Amino acid sequence: MRNLFRFILQNHVFLLFLLLEIVSFIFIFNFNRYQKSSFLNTSGRITGMIYESYSKVEDFFRLPAANRQLAEENARLRMLLGVSSTTPTLPDSLLLRRTGGENQYRYIAAHVISTTVSRQQNFITLDKGLNDGIRPDMGIVTVGGVAGIITHVSPSFSTGLSLLNTRWNVSAKLARNNYFGSLVWDGTDYRRALLNEIPFHVELAVGDTIVTSGYSTFFPEGILLGTVESFEKEGGDNFYNIRVRLSVDFKSLSWVEVIENTRKSEIDNITQLNSGNDKLD
Amino acid sequence: MMFVVLVLIQVLIFNQVHFGGFLNPFIYVLFILLLPLSLPRYAVLLLSFLLGITIDWFSNSPGLHASATVLMGFFRSPVVNLISLKESDQSDFPGLQQTGWRWFLTYAAILVIIHHFFLFYIEVFSFENFFRTLLRSIASSMFTVGIIVLSQFIIFRE
Repeated sequence: MRNLFRFILQNHVFLLFLLLEIVSFIFIFNFNRYQKSSFLNTSGRITGMIYESYSKVEDFFRLPAANRQLAEENARLRMLLGVSSTTPTLPDSLLLRRTGGENQYRYIAAHVISTTVSRQQNFITLDKGLNDGIRPDMGIVTVGGVAGIITHVSPSFSTGLSLLNTRWNVSAKLARNNYFGSLVWDGTDYRRALLNEIPFHVELAVGDTIVTSGYSTFFPEGILLGTVESFEKEGGDNFYNIRVRLSVDFKSLSWVEVIENTRKSEIDNITQLNSGNDKLD
Repeated sequence: MMFVVLVLIQVLIFNQVHFGGFLNPFIYVLFILLLPLSLPRYAVLLLSFLLGITIDWFSNSPGLHASATVLMGFFRSPVVNLISLKESDQSDFPGLQQTGWRWFLTYAAILVIIHHFFLFYIEVFSFENFFRTLLRSIASSMFTVGIIVLSQFIIFRE
């Protein structure tokens, strides 16, 4: 026993080193196994507040760009409505009725207070949270297209996985022929991602548009993701290697919209029913 | 005090600095570099861990920075012993003015390289893209050392 104490005393530095490393690795592995580890904390109060006050200053310098983006978006939406900017029109009641009286998707505008692009797992922190109706598993979109998905919410902040996160992928499809695959980020370049699971017989061309498929409940169908930059057939594989140029510039992310799917629980329930039946067979 | 300042500088400024998603400097390690050499090693380790976990807290990467800073804290005193040939080289406070630029540069470079290599490889967690990660570590280390040396001229002058 005394020898043991002496050993500990003599090697206390090394043992402490080992202990701290083990603690760190436990953190790392827990996080790897389960993304929703409670450590995820930029939505926490203190860090959220610090990031928010800093981003207020930073925003001031981004105002011109933000204005331009908003103006562009306004113009685009007006074009979609098909009305001129000077004549106010009443909303078309027919359009509303077609989706059953209310829209399936609701949009909540939010402001990005922190984001990174250079890690393997990048996150987005927003300045809105539970009090503004944001819940986990809602999609985040911006002017250019899909930005990420909410994972953690605190009363007034929320954190989400950025599209630039190697542990997450989006169900995507080719806009012109509706073949779908999954879009993943390979962790190398913040402007590019890979589209997998597109079989060889599909016709492809550089510049083809890639949009969300609508098969997941996070995003509505047809939100822009990017364009095909290059593709090749690799031997021994049945699928193309497709490189996608992302439409969102993650470095200048500042205003986003969070999408609420008002029928998500209904859809989830019915899909669960199916997978439950599978187990019975 | 310096702890808080460095953490804030790191998370607010340098976490936003990345050239082509490639270069990220982690200047917060300066805190460990500047701890007095007479400080007991266990205290260095504990402070390193605290620093790492604080950075992790801000960047959603539990354990990642902590493991790298603890490793760096552990190697600090062997490195000091290794590069201090004469007793007279040792001043209690490492710094460009106090210990001479050559000593400080070697000291900072070795420890920053240890920290960055460990950090980047743990982050990727595989030897896939081995050379890309290697290049990333080397480039970022050089950048960090450069900024640390500059900071010695600007702020810590007394």
